[in-house]
Amino acid sequence: MGMKLTEGAWVEPATTIDTKTGAWRSFRPVWSPEKCIKCYLCIDLCPEGAISALPLDEDGKKTGIQVDYDYCKGCGICDAECPTQSYEMVPEEK
Amino acid sequence: MTQPGSLKEGFIEPGKRLFAPGHRGCAGCGELLAARLVLEAAGPNTIITNNTGCLEVTTTPFPTSSWGVPWVHSLFENAAAVASGIEAALIATGKREGINIIAQGGDGSTFDIGIGLISGMLERGHDILYICYDNEAYMNTGIQRSGATPTYASTTTSPSGKISWGNTRPKKPMPEIMAAHGIPYSGTASVSYPRELLRKVKKVLEIEGPKYLHIHVPCPTGWYCDTAESIKVGKLAVETALFPIYDIEDGVVTNVKRLKEIKPVTEYLKTQRRFAHMFKKEGGDEIISAIQAIADKNVERLGLKR
Repeated sequence: MGMKLTEGAWVEPATTIDTKTGAWRSFRPVWSPEKCIKCYLCIDLCPEGAISALPLDEDGKKTGIQVDYDYCKGCGICDAECPTQSYEMVPEEK
Repeated sequence: MTQPGSLKEGFIEPGKRLFAPGHRGCAGCGELLAARLVLEAAGPNTIITNNTGCLEVTTTPFPTSSWGVPWVHSLFENAAAVASGIEAALIATGKREGINIIAQGGDGSTFDIGIGLISGMLERGHDILYICYDNEAYMNTGIQRSGATPTYASTTTSPSGKISWGNTRPKKPMPEIMAAHGIPYSGTASVSYPRELLRKVKKVLEIEGPKYLHIHVPCPTGWYCDTAESIKVGKLAVETALFPIYDIEDGVVTNVKRLKEIKPVTEYLKTQRRFAHMFKKEGGDEIISAIQAIADKNVERLGLKR
């Protein structure tokens, strides 16, 4: 009567994307390009990884960032840490 | 899988990120931010073992996972032991080359529950990086104090009150305890300096042998600060010398993040409600002086002042 070895629980990689944590948000960070110096600090500091760079323009210059509102929880770190105040936290309304 | 290196241009599909969004970390979580940066620095050829804690629970709600690399959780305390076994298996099968092995956990599983198994991993000389994400209490189960909780912080098991000043015991000097094993690298970092952290992880992974990296990660939920403030709070811990950043290589302090100006500890303490009692209760000045003495000792011990 040998004991049967089980595999344990295994799951596919990078699958939490099924949960859209953007629903948690009460304030929405809105980025505006005017003052942005494209330092990309907000990309590095987003705990969700919800901010990414926009594609480069024809001259190979940085153009800005975009926020993935499907996952942004509205913590406000991007707004608080932005060196040029390029973000604004806007209340979410139904 | 595309490597999402922080400065890559263009929108990255959520499912293509090495550390996928949709995890259940609280808004403003410093630990999950650090974990994402560590993985992006380490790259896709990485195997991770994880102790039990916030990091494990929030990133792997069954049947999903945030991790885009092989990732194993077994018990609360045994990430270091599981990683040791993985390393041995890779060597035995001739596949060790070019793979980073990272064992990781929070401060509870590192300072208290798993310290024996980490000690074993270091003593046996495995080529593994152990990372402690230190948010200074058992946040996952409801902010109970751990060996990493700073002196006089209020937690749910060391609450401040009429008589109590919170946690009366000192924080364990974990980087020194790890360095005492005679390992090639033991050091600290803070998530509030993301690019320094990325560089440090890359540098440390190049060192052969057992390595220990201690990352300070603010927890807005357990420290009672605003979610947007967590990066600022982490910076203040460094700037007040309460969390110094330094490297110990082969037992010798080789690199210290020196500061032009050391801020008074009150600048840090007043940002979090876990320290609020010392600003309200009579006798709080003495408690603040005692915390200032801890910072002063760090400044002297490591030569933090530039």
